Amino acid sequence: MSALQEKSQVFVAEPFQPESDTVIDCAVNKIYYGDFLAVRDSVVPIEKKKITGFIGPSGCGKSTVLRSLNRMNDLIDIFRFEGSVMYHGQDIYAKKVDPVVVRRYIGMVFQQPNPFSMSIYDNVAFGLRLNKYKGNMDERVETALKHAALWKEVKDKLKNSGLSLSGGQQQRLCIARAVATEPDVLLMDEPCSALDPIATRMVEELMLQLKENYTLALVTHNMQQATRVADTTAFFSVDISQGGRTGYLVEMGPTQQVFEAPRESLTKDYISGQFS
Amino acid sequence: MDDNAQNLIVDSARPTPQLSRKMMEPRALRNTLLTGITWAFAIIASIPLFSVIYMLLARGGSRLFSSGFVEVLTALPPAGLQQGGGFGNAIVGTLVMVLIASAISVPFGLMAAVYLSVLDPQSRLARATRLLTKTMTGFPSILAGVFVYAILVTSFGYSALAGGVALSVLMLPTVVLAAEEAMRQVPQKMKDAAYGMGCTRTQVVTKVVLPTGLPGILTGIMLAIAGAAGESAPLLFTALFSNYHLEHLSGEPAASLSILIYNFSGMPFANQLELAWAASLVLVLIVLAFNIVARLIGTPKI
Ligand SMILES: Nc1ncnc2c1ncn2[C@@H]1O[C@H](COP(=O)(O)OP(=O)(O)OP(=O)(O)O)[C@@H](O)[C@H]1O
Ligand SMILES: [Mg+2]
Repeated sequence: MSALQEKSQVFVAEPFQPESDTVIDCAVNKIYYGDFLAVRDSVVPIEKKKITGFIGPSGCGKSTVLRSLNRMNDLIDIFRFEGSVMYHGQDIYAKKVDPVVVRRYIGMVFQQPNPFSMSIYDNVAFGLRLNKYKGNMDERVETALKHAALWKEVKDKLKNSGLSLSGGQQQRLCIARAVATEPDVLLMDEPCSALDPIATRMVEELMLQLKENYTLALVTHNMQQATRVADTTAFFSVDISQGGRTGYLVEMGPTQQVFEAPRESLTKDYISGQFS
Repeated sequence: MDDNAQNLIVDSARPTPQLSRKMMEPRALRNTLLTGITWAFAIIASIPLFSVIYMLLARGGSRLFSSGFVEVLTALPPAGLQQGGGFGNAIVGTLVMVLIASAISVPFGLMAAVYLSVLDPQSRLARATRLLTKTMTGFPSILAGVFVYAILVTSFGYSALAGGVALSVLMLPTVVLAAEEAMRQVPQKMKDAAYGMGCTRTQVVTKVVLPTGLPGILTGIMLAIAGAAGESAPLLFTALFSNYHLEHLSGEPAASLSILIYNFSGMPFANQLELAWAASLVLVLIVLAFNIVARLIGTPKI
């Protein structure tokens, strides 16, 4: 690591070239919050119909990178993105791109369950109505709830408020809401951190099912979870050598390789520290 | 480690905890005493309220709950020594003016609240507006009347419209602050979810923030209406009073319950005095009704 640093002054991860097709090619040059350089030099390709896991210590910019993929960070005034996020051949940060439209293709599930204060049915139908969906609404809502492994639990109380559900059920409702519109890509920022082990397992199984139809990117603090569900893993770390606390990509590759034969000693230390 | 170990008490040395209630302990006595005092003050504080309601029921109820109640609620006010009569025009006038005031203050108030709570909460304009609005809640109501007198009445004369505008000035701050608070209560994560689904800012407001904050917003509107319905000072300068039924919203003075009460309570005639009591009771009932509606709407349903 130190040898590498001397050579190139700042460390930049070896680019990961996936074998299968990619949906999003994210190349972060620099991401700033005001004057604060939060993330630098990270190339993160997201493969089609696979789960890409983001791991790394707290504050290393996992959420920042993930939220850059559908321009959620645009809601933060001081956020500034340098680089490109190619999605089907278009840079979503190009001037002519409307971030609102980007988010209809690249959906998001948040760390905290955040259903709307409306009925379970209306929660799931929200995105469909937003997109002026004309087909059979009931059917789509049912399919989405089934996809989210929630249908059996709520089919008799679709009129109840989404807020009346338990935390785990709420998170699955949010997943149903996100998949109802059949987005191309689903971004998930620690979707299980508010859930108990059983609900976590349910959501994990759900992710494995979803990847048959969707592309997923998942931030997780749980190494076991990353090994269980992620096909590809990106490990980020914090660089304090430059004075700041800048996050950057250390290593990216097939999950098994990253966990069993990491190329960088930093990765190895982090993973062994987390597992021991 | 060793330090910690020394601080631990060996289990056998621990006394058995005494959990039973001890009534005569100083701590328990103080507790009882303070509870008693708060009770006493709560009761004393509600004496004026209950005595007012008792008096209204006793003196206004006889006329209102008698067989002649239809006349009382619909007929025109009696003149001089005339018997009978009622205050139908004043009830209509009060309701019409409150309606006008709501029609003005609710749209303006809601728009302002959306700006304050969602669009740009921290901007200088928002902070200035908030300060002014808070100041306006303590605005002397008679000044609202004088203000409207200066801008409307001097050129167009007394009217229900002018009365409504004056009341809207008083309602506006309550509506703005209540609606802002209600919309601010909508959690950020809910708004994030809406943005994440691909909502524009307008859609976030109309589809998530307004519906979620609606109970609180309606409660604020109802309380503002209840407050405006009982106002008299601003109407003295704007709607004045009329002994006839309301026919036009502008160009003629309009009757209201509060001014009728003010006028009749100073008269030396028993009939008018009795009507003033009955009108007071009706006014309190109207205010009470709006308050109850506000309560019902404001209770969150899950
Ligand atoms: N809205 C913001 N304004 C300013 N700085 C921010 C903002 N959000 C994040 N940051 C900073 O950017 C850096 C990266 O944050 P980020 O939330 O992406 O980390 P993370 O890897 O997701 O951490 P965690 O695992 O704790 O969620 C941190 O130093 C954080 O302080
Ligand atoms: Mg995070």
